[in-house]
Amino acid sequence: MAAEGSNSIDALGQFQLHPALGAIGGSVNFTQSNLMMVIASVAILAFLYLGMKPRAMVPGRLQAAAEMGYETIMSMCVETIGGHEGKKYFPFVFTLFFFILFGNLMGVFPLFFTFTSHVMVTLALSLTVFILVTVVGIKEHGLHWFTYFVPQGIPKALAPLMVTIEVISYLSRIISLSVRLFANMMAGHVMLEVFGSFIVMLGGLGLLGYFPAALSLGVNTLLIGFELLVATLQAYVFAILTCIYLHDAVHLH
Amino acid sequence: MSQDTGGPDPSFEERLKVARSKQGLDAPPKRPLNDQGELGGSAWGIGARVGVELVAALVVAVAIGYGLDHVFHTTPILTVVFVPLGGAAGIMNVWRLFAPKKSDR
Repeated sequence: MAAEGSNSIDALGQFQLHPALGAIGGSVNFTQSNLMMVIASVAILAFLYLGMKPRAMVPGRLQAAAEMGYETIMSMCVETIGGHEGKKYFPFVFTLFFFILFGNLMGVFPLFFTFTSHVMVTLALSLTVFILVTVVGIKEHGLHWFTYFVPQGIPKALAPLMVTIEVISYLSRIISLSVRLFANMMAGHVMLEVFGSFIVMLGGLGLLGYFPAALSLGVNTLLIGFELLVATLQAYVFAILTCIYLHDAVHLH
Repeated sequence: MSQDTGGPDPSFEERLKVARSKQGLDAPPKRPLNDQGELGGSAWGIGARVGVELVAALVVAVAIGYGLDHVFHTTPILTVVFVPLGGAAGIMNVWRLFAPKKSDR
């Protein structure tokens, strides 16, 4: 108990931002989070460029992966948003999906930082989606778009109440979209950190601690696998919710 | 026994299917789509979504109420008015998640 201070688990320290790229990065507040975003973007471009370079009839693994990513998002856009409009928004959804996916997946590797585990980053992403959806809705329907907030077939007396509720519901998309991604990513990494600390602390106990330490290592191994699932699923959920919102904006009611 | 000559064909197809799924040639492309449904159909995923939707609506409502109170100097009143509205909006969000799909969607 005396060593409580040195033995405490610092689960949130991993999310602290540090300036990257030495003095230049420090002077413009270029953090490791920004660096990871740049790396993610370069990795996505490299993945797509190298994947599609062979243009083989029978695709190799990388080409198959690139084609699968393209087809998944394309069918998601076409099916959810619908036909012609779906294709129009495909580049946006594709970019969004792969940016989030790479951000999530790279965080599983040691020494890498998960930029999607910061609520400010996910909030910026969801605000982008929200503003785009609103602009698209107003552009497609003009002032008629505001009838989106008036549910069909309600008594006139209830209209003010329902419109308020609908507006709150519409605005809550920003929060729910960003918090879902951020919370999932942060929770996973906190769990990894906690069980990782267990390994070290229990291993230091001596003979008595070896078994629980090994158990924690097993849990951490499982968590890494689970984290891969969550990373992919959350990127997918973010993309498909963007599609659903775009559908609502393009086709009112 | 004469039926057996017709038999091998379907059984060959069956065995081919089993062998292919065993080698992971058929199963992987199908499983992820069926298992997860539209938005990750696991109980854990649905539970997390419902929780986030409820809280998000409430957070927005409290923010609006508090902000308007700040502007109009009516401190508790508008927050009190907006909190139930936020709860209602949250429940509506959840209802939208599980509501039977309209025919036009």
